[in-house]
Amino acid sequence: MTSTFSSAELMIVNSARMLRDGDVVFVGVGQPNLACNLAKRTHAPNLTMIYEAGVIGAEPSRLPLSIGDPTLVSGALSICSMYDIFANYLQRGNVDVGFLGGAQIDRFGNINATVIGNNGYAHPKVRLPGSGGAELISAWANRCYIMTPHQKRRFPEKVDFITSAGFLNGRSERDATGVRGGGPLAIITDLGLLEPDENGELTLTALHPERTAEAAIENTGWDLQVAADLKSTEPPSDEELRILYDELDPDGLYLKRA
Amino acid sequence: MSKLIPLSEAISKFMQDGESLYAAGFTHLIPFAAGHEIIRQGKRDLELARATPDLIYDQMVAAGCAKKITFSYMGNPGVGSLRIVRGAIERGEIEWEEYSHFGMISCLQAGAAGLPFMPIMPTGATDLEKANSRIKRVVDPYSGNELIAVPALNPDVAIIHVQRADINGNSHLWGIIGEQKEAAFAAEKVIVTAEEIVDESVIRSDPNRTLIPGFIVDAVCHVPHACHPSYAQGYYDRDNAFYMGWDEISKSQESVQSWLDEWVYGTRDHAEYWEKLGKEKHKNLEVEELLSAPINYGKY
Repeated sequence: MTSTFSSAELMIVNSARMLRDGDVVFVGVGQPNLACNLAKRTHAPNLTMIYEAGVIGAEPSRLPLSIGDPTLVSGALSICSMYDIFANYLQRGNVDVGFLGGAQIDRFGNINATVIGNNGYAHPKVRLPGSGGAELISAWANRCYIMTPHQKRRFPEKVDFITSAGFLNGRSERDATGVRGGGPLAIITDLGLLEPDENGELTLTALHPERTAEAAIENTGWDLQVAADLKSTEPPSDEELRILYDELDPDGLYLKRA
Repeated sequence: MSKLIPLSEAISKFMQDGESLYAAGFTHLIPFAAGHEIIRQGKRDLELARATPDLIYDQMVAAGCAKKITFSYMGNPGVGSLRIVRGAIERGEIEWEEYSHFGMISCLQAGAAGLPFMPIMPTGATDLEKANSRIKRVVDPYSGNELIAVPALNPDVAIIHVQRADINGNSHLWGIIGEQKEAAFAAEKVIVTAEEIVDESVIRSDPNRTLIPGFIVDAVCHVPHACHPSYAQGYYDRDNAFYMGWDEISKSQESVQSWLDEWVYGTRDHAEYWEKLGKEKHKNLEVEELLSAPINYGKY
């Protein structure tokens, strides 16, 4: 089946729409960076972008290719040490939104970015990069969104290792830890949106254009529940796509036209 | 007394086999020249610590310099996997110790401040705490609540690259300042490499920019372009093409070995390495000037 919109377009545009004008957002490179810069150029001009390298209020003039790209620094509002960005900004509660990804995301929104395999941490089958800032963002940002392609291997019933806490084994368990952030609010996939129910279990709440609930269920490793009032996301607009292709990623590093 | 010495002398004098090293710089000002000199001198059994091991430690591990690695994000930034370190861990060939970024930086902060540990608010994710027995719980004496504790990291040696330093080691750095200050204060011995050696009066003209005072520095080395393929803000750009190219080079032991033979063992020092990169690469990495507005300290 040919699609009008690519997976990357759907994930980036729908992630951008999660941001509110005035948000302070902790940005990662790649697709989250495109989503935040898109939001800033559309409905959220007063977005403050923070990068974990210690850059506050970045206004990158080119697409940053690493979390510490010099283009983030020139023209930024402030630069601080790594200790300060995690302590004064994130731990203190000065970050509204965090974007996360990961090799595995489970039924309760827990994320694994550390090790894959049943041999345990000490004898990893596949060793992943590890937490970086992810453990802290999921705990302390007021709102968290997770961006990931919708694939069965990425959505197991239970992750092999909890790098970043979602709702653990249910919302009450996260609440009991007393961490300040509210946990993941939505998973933005290339098929639709998953949102936690009252128990923290991720359920399908919206589909992108031309995507089906059957495909979402088929590509999820647990018995995915579908919301009674399943919604449809608005298709990416011409303006959103124009900004993405012409202004943000003109060299096609992250985006290919559908 | 001047601490200005050649980099080769600083490494042979201050970095010994079996010691621990923190080569600082979060994606910025990464001291690659010093890492390459450690490889040339065949140092062994080092305990390497860096939040992001980056290509500098991938190369040092490939060259057989390390017995242990401590980190919080083991990837090739912006590219993907850090293949050499990852392979060594998967095959059980190297010891490792792991934290979150904040955990790692808090270890350094404790070391820098002369404290035995630093507290961190809990994060709800406890698997790493179970896997790393050095991450512990402490009780907040005021509220009675539990906090996470991470131990002080006091490396034997810190290597810090800066934009400019005087011959005594008083150092100005700007742009992303990651964990350079913390690493310098935490370490027993500090080697500074600098893009430029300037007169003390230049340092004194802008004291807010001095993150590292000379009296904690043991050696100062003049090494322009020392960060390639990382970068120095205002001096040269990050060589993203190299970071992507390393993904290919690091796919086999043979191609890594031939890269090390050509670019590290095959060059006498960093000046020769930089020359070898060629004029076109130099030009690609050039950066246009963007000056800050001057500030007035006032004459008192």
